[in-house]
Amino acid sequence: MAAPTTPRATPAADAAPRLALSGITKRYPAVVANDRVDLDVLPGEIHAVLGENGAGKSTLMKIIYGVVTPDAGTMRWEGSTVQVANPAQARRLGIGMVFQHFSLFDTLTVGENIRLAVDDTDAKSLPARIRDVSQRYGLPLDPRRHVHTMSVGERQRVEIVRCLLQKPRLLIMDEPTSVLTPQAVLSLFDTLRTLAAEGCSILYISHKLDEIRALCHRATVLRAGKVTGQCDPRRETAASLARMMIGGELPHPQHREATAGAPALVVDALDVRAADPFGTTLREISFAVHAGEIVGIAGVSGNGQKELLAALSGERTQARRNAIMLCGKPAGRLGAAARRRRGLAFVPEERLGRGAVPEMSLAENALLTTRKGGLVRRGFIRGDAVRACAAKIIDAFGVRTPNAEAAARSLSGGNLQKFIVGREISQQPKVLIAAQPTWGVDVGASAQIRQALIDLRDQGVAVLVVSEELDELMEISDRLAVIAQGRLSEPKPVHATSAEEIGLLMAGAHRTQGAGVPAAVG
Amino acid sequence: MRLFLEARPQPSQIAAWTAPLLATAATLVVGFIVFKALGRNPLAAFHAFFVQPVASLYGIAELLLKATPLMIIATGLAIGYRANVWNIGAEGQLTMGAIAGGGLALWLGESEWPSAVLLPLMFVAGALAGMAWAAIPAWLRTRFNANEILTSLMLVYVATLYLSWLVHGPWRDPEGYNFPQSKLFADAALLPNLLAETRLNVEFLVALAIVAIAWVFVRRHIVGFEMRVAGLAPAAANYAGIDARRNVWLGMLAGGACAGIAGVGEAAGPIGQLLPSMSPGYGFAAIIVAFVGRLHPLGVALASLLMSLLYLGGESAQMNLALPSAVTGLFQGTLLFLLLAADVLVNYRVRVVHRTAAA
Repeated sequence: MAAPTTPRATPAADAAPRLALSGITKRYPAVVANDRVDLDVLPGEIHAVLGENGAGKSTLMKIIYGVVTPDAGTMRWEGSTVQVANPAQARRLGIGMVFQHFSLFDTLTVGENIRLAVDDTDAKSLPARIRDVSQRYGLPLDPRRHVHTMSVGERQRVEIVRCLLQKPRLLIMDEPTSVLTPQAVLSLFDTLRTLAAEGCSILYISHKLDEIRALCHRATVLRAGKVTGQCDPRRETAASLARMMIGGELPHPQHREATAGAPALVVDALDVRAADPFGTTLREISFAVHAGEIVGIAGVSGNGQKELLAALSGERTQARRNAIMLCGKPAGRLGAAARRRRGLAFVPEERLGRGAVPEMSLAENALLTTRKGGLVRRGFIRGDAVRACAAKIIDAFGVRTPNAEAAARSLSGGNLQKFIVGREISQQPKVLIAAQPTWGVDVGASAQIRQALIDLRDQGVAVLVVSEELDELMEISDRLAVIAQGRLSEPKPVHATSAEEIGLLMAGAHRTQGAGVPAAVG
Repeated sequence: MRLFLEARPQPSQIAAWTAPLLATAATLVVGFIVFKALGRNPLAAFHAFFVQPVASLYGIAELLLKATPLMIIATGLAIGYRANVWNIGAEGQLTMGAIAGGGLALWLGESEWPSAVLLPLMFVAGALAGMAWAAIPAWLRTRFNANEILTSLMLVYVATLYLSWLVHGPWRDPEGYNFPQSKLFADAALLPNLLAETRLNVEFLVALAIVAIAWVFVRRHIVGFEMRVAGLAPAAANYAGIDARRNVWLGMLAGGACAGIAGVGEAAGPIGQLLPSMSPGYGFAAIIVAFVGRLHPLGVALASLLMSLLYLGGESAQMNLALPSAVTGLFQGTLLFLLLAADVLVNYRVRVVHRTAAA
């Protein structure tokens, strides 16, 4: 990470906290999301809330912003006790929040989207104010642009500017860098530092240790709903932060040198038209994945990953048979079930609703894609074979669940993902495609899944990983390519490239279309 | 103090089976209020509605007789509904089945064909006609993505008018005093009785067989499993490579075949000829039966008994209490409405929350 460009001023430690939470508790039927959490934020401070997936960070922020009411505890805002009943009240108090998942209307312009959220009556001066605020904080925006033409990084700017127009005194940012290229991350940090210097407090939610150490003044660490520590991240190492976050060392996968074999998946000049008006059209995508190697495809969300995965998995078939070759045979026209029979396995991006049927048991979900192993005989399902198959997956991949009859939606994100990955691997595929394999998954399960992919590669399977997490791809891939605006860059060996170069490729094709705003980075 | 609807981590099995009971109880409460408002003694009305119809062996036979077509049709519809294929035109498919089976009976009845050959042929003809009528919405959906709710419903009126034309015109009984009805079927084309002194016929056994076959298909066959997946999570079905078009065809044809069989059962059973109206709305009531029975073959069997009781009760209430005929429809609709409301409890539970005290 490059050194910050402006010195970081530490806010006066003896100033009264702008926000003080004490004893905040929130219980859900299956889990205690927040357990007597104390937190305080000083004026002008960038305060990190650090924790892995499922630690309770998002719930805590939703309580502050009024989306959720706590079961116990108090919140003091600028000295007086408040109960935030809803986001509108939070905004009136001076609290703004930028969510991880945006709520913007694709068919409207930036100006129209912002006008919907900003309740003041002065609509005429709004475009000028948007331009003014966005320029001042380094997030240039054209109010006349339609949201569907914008990249995810640009849409995040709209969300941030929407908050800034209401002059917040506390800005909550929930995992803001998951949708940005490395260069755009640095640019965002500059913006946040400017805001903090002007006296705005910032709550920065993340699980990325390097970013927190580069940006934040103080950090509160959450684990399983409880506060496990408070520190100055600048004085901590990644290892000490990890220990507070997960109670141990961050695991690193074991890597052997790759010896690639014959090409198992070959994509040749794949052209796919976008399925819906706001999708991305794929153009001339060509690459090959060899047996015994992991190829990673990096890219910011919304650049064609969804369309590429649907084309590869068989959910969308192609007109040209040779556009996709599986183990040397043409597969372009085959559907998903036929491609599975040829040795393809696929772990999709969405667990519930696509990778697994939420209401069905794990046993039935094992049957969803597994047809080998005598599960079906002459059209009839063999119940014990199905249950045995599910039990084997649960056992081999350490899925935490009472038994195979548990409904898929009762599992945590990490456990369900382990089940789905395990189910696909258990079919002994020749090619495995994984989309966002560790998204929303806790650290322990993430490490297990990454190790499983590497082990698979060592056994001679061709593995393709499409992910928005660049760190993950750089860690496990042998070769890396970048998808941007529907085109794929030439895959390069990981040791011959760098995060900066990948970041430039990710942003490279984002030229704005005719709206007069300079080319956006990210 | 506030009431919250809180999502359950897992759908409640208990609620899934008690929701229909809750809905039935709530329907009775509504009935109580309605009868009072109509100026009738509610207890007497309930007695006439629910107890009197089944107070004799004949009454029980009538109960099973009316439950039979409901059971058959609802079982077929449920297979489609589980896959999100919404066949609303069962009434029309029933009519076409009656026409096909009845037409065969009128054509071959006088000849020397024995019952054991003629009746199965009539059922096959009815099933094929029902399937053909259901194939139209299926084709329109798979080819043009036309909503099958609208197309199947509109075809009901086409079928009804076609039948009306037949019994007013080409098939009218020349000795029928100009009434719009066909000739009575010959004895060989009538369903044999199951219970002496009653109208219960062998179609009841056919219904039980259909329920059993459907149960095996839905629970044990891979295609039944795939149709369930398609209904619960279409994206997962696509991911698994399940053929969505095959599901639409199977869903519609299952309902069509069952409705056609039920149509033959009505024509060759209690009616014994073709009339302008072959059913008191069985095709639509079967939709309610399918949902009250939770789309499960065994639940459907029980629900058809309940719905049959509502039909009989309505007739009894008309005769004994001079209530309007709409009272049957009122109860059926209320039951479905309250059932959908009670269904919420399967996936959500009610939580009473006391406001957190300010510090």
